[in-house]
Amino acid sequence: MARSSGVREATGDLRLESVTKSFGGFTAVDDLDLLVPRGSFFALLGPSGCGKTTTLRMVAGLEQPTSGRVLIGDTDLTGSRPFERPVNTVFQSYALFPHLTVRDNVAFGPTRRRVREAGALADEALALVEVDHLASRKPAQLSGGQQQRVALARALVNRPEVLLLDEPLGALDLKLRRQLQVELKRIQTEVGLTFVHVTHDQEEAMTMADTVAVMNHGRIEQMGAPAELYDLPRTAFVANFVGRSNLGAGTVLGRDGEHLSAEVQGTTVTVPLSRAQAREGAVLFGIRPEKVRVLREAPEGTGDDVRGTVLDVSFTGVATEYLVRLPSGTVWSCYEQNLDVDPVDLRPGDEVWISWNPAHAFTVPLDEAEAAAAAEATG
Amino acid sequence: MTALAHVGQAGGGGPTPPADDQERPGRRWVPYLLLLPGGLWLLVFFVVPLVQLFTVSLQSQFPGYPGYYYRDVNAGNYLRALTDFAPQFGRSLLFAALATFFAFVLAYPLAYAMAFKVGRWRNVMLIAVIAPFFTSFILRTVAWRQILADEGPVASTLNALHLLPGGHITETWAAVVAGLTYNFLPFMVLPIYASLERADHRVIEAGGDLYANGFTTFRTVTLPMSAPGVLAGTLLTFIPAAGDYVNADLLGADDTKMVGNVIESQFFKVLGGFPVAAALSFTLMALILAMVFVYVRRFGTEELL
Repeated sequence: MARSSGVREATGDLRLESVTKSFGGFTAVDDLDLLVPRGSFFALLGPSGCGKTTTLRMVAGLEQPTSGRVLIGDTDLTGSRPFERPVNTVFQSYALFPHLTVRDNVAFGPTRRRVREAGALADEALALVEVDHLASRKPAQLSGGQQQRVALARALVNRPEVLLLDEPLGALDLKLRRQLQVELKRIQTEVGLTFVHVTHDQEEAMTMADTVAVMNHGRIEQMGAPAELYDLPRTAFVANFVGRSNLGAGTVLGRDGEHLSAEVQGTTVTVPLSRAQAREGAVLFGIRPEKVRVLREAPEGTGDDVRGTVLDVSFTGVATEYLVRLPSGTVWSCYEQNLDVDPVDLRPGDEVWISWNPAHAFTVPLDEAEAAAAAEATG
Repeated sequence: MTALAHVGQAGGGGPTPPADDQERPGRRWVPYLLLLPGGLWLLVFFVVPLVQLFTVSLQSQFPGYPGYYYRDVNAGNYLRALTDFAPQFGRSLLFAALATFFAFVLAYPLAYAMAFKVGRWRNVMLIAVIAPFFTSFILRTVAWRQILADEGPVASTLNALHLLPGGHITETWAAVVAGLTYNFLPFMVLPIYASLERADHRVIEAGGDLYANGFTTFRTVTLPMSAPGVLAGTLLTFIPAAGDYVNADLLGADDTKMVGNVIESQFFKVLGGFPVAAALSFTLMALILAMVFVYVRRFGTEELL
């Protein structure tokens, strides 16, 4: 294996092949396979401790996998050192060099690669992230948002084959985060580099990424476009982590053409077969809160419905959220857009009907822990 | 000076909201009140003796009455101090500089290992670095004298192997520099350790991520980040080492005497040596201050100034 001090040439998709990383007895990343197409904006989404940052660090070369391979295109980068990889990282805490000016921070990479006119390149990168006026300051003299931009410029300036972002917006306030989300997306489109973005914020992942991989316990639970993930979660974890879901444990009764019918806590529901990840025995039935309607009267028509009691009403402006207790004791949440001229004037204690179009329902394999977590979140 | 600047900020600096006005008159005095005991202590035991010493350094001797002086403005004492004792001044600064250099060379890897490599042994090592302070500085130097003595284990082994050109270790400048290095090593280790320990590990990783190999990362990232510690360590080593006389006294010979030894003997052993001793003290102080000033200006970081 070449151990030269130069940067390896490697172009193409980023691939992880059955990568495992153990720390002592703890498996942080468990037999992970991943393909990130060149030029895409890819998000690794998961709760803290799910192995997403470890995965990122293995791509950067800051950790070596216990087993498996990391490749870019056809070049196997496993075992190579961080400085040999055509990969740069935007660290969570920015990790700017405190003793260098902003310009020198950004010029650090090009200087190490002996690129001529590193300073001019740095200025260009600073202009791209709109902080060129701060070039001669020290990092300590910058705000969090400005430091974030400098960290991004410092990585971007090298035009890496893969740019890694480790919770880059985590330390910023909501408004700035929103603004930078849009901007990151713009920059990625502009430079056309592969971005791998690690975050625990599902909204952030969905806003920016072309493809989101949801990680849990060192494995990828589900991967796909944000809309796909949201529309049809394949596991109870994804149903809860990507947006919220009303879940209920039930038993499959049988099939009727294109539909599956199930008995969920005393109510018979139907689910399109194409949306049923679990089709036999005990399953977890789910429906998104905005896909259900809260009604005073028993609904007419072909939808599924269930009776309940209003537990809580929160008005959020664009929508009103109702927490409704079902006869089984499960609490579901329902978002109603405030479209009507006369608002539905419901109060806690009111008897209501919850109704939904079965085409929005889904089933996932039963996972007691996740079902409990969902109940906790809404109850 | 820095302390006073902070007092100014805490007391009256910055616009104060009107609501605070009632509290202000009382609170303004708090910083000064807190400074009072220490300030008084320094005034009585530092400033006053220093002024006294300065007047002594300008006194003249009564002709024919050794040991008796009268108040005067006699710059001759300073001239004597500089001309008669120039070699000792040179040695003081040279030995202190050498000791600082060797202490740095020894301390940096140690501090680096403590900060990054030893894991849970860190506290044990910290205690080991501090442990010598539990015994007297002079006792430890006397112990070194015995260890390095001609009949001691080190010198006799080296002599048996014919590896010691001069025949002995003590009474050489090398022994004095070694003693200084040993005695002030913790003052170099601790500030460097503190600055390395405080350094964000991710920043060092960022060096590697940005195409710098291990050595380049150390040179361009780790070392500059620990500069405040190195600066503090070198000052804490150089300043007391330049004024030290115990090591030269116990481990050296006549030709390795430092200014401290001359001051000591002029004060306590030479009749009528007081004014010259005082002049020597002031000259040494001025020299060190000037050197430190230039050094800090050249290598100083904002954190220290």
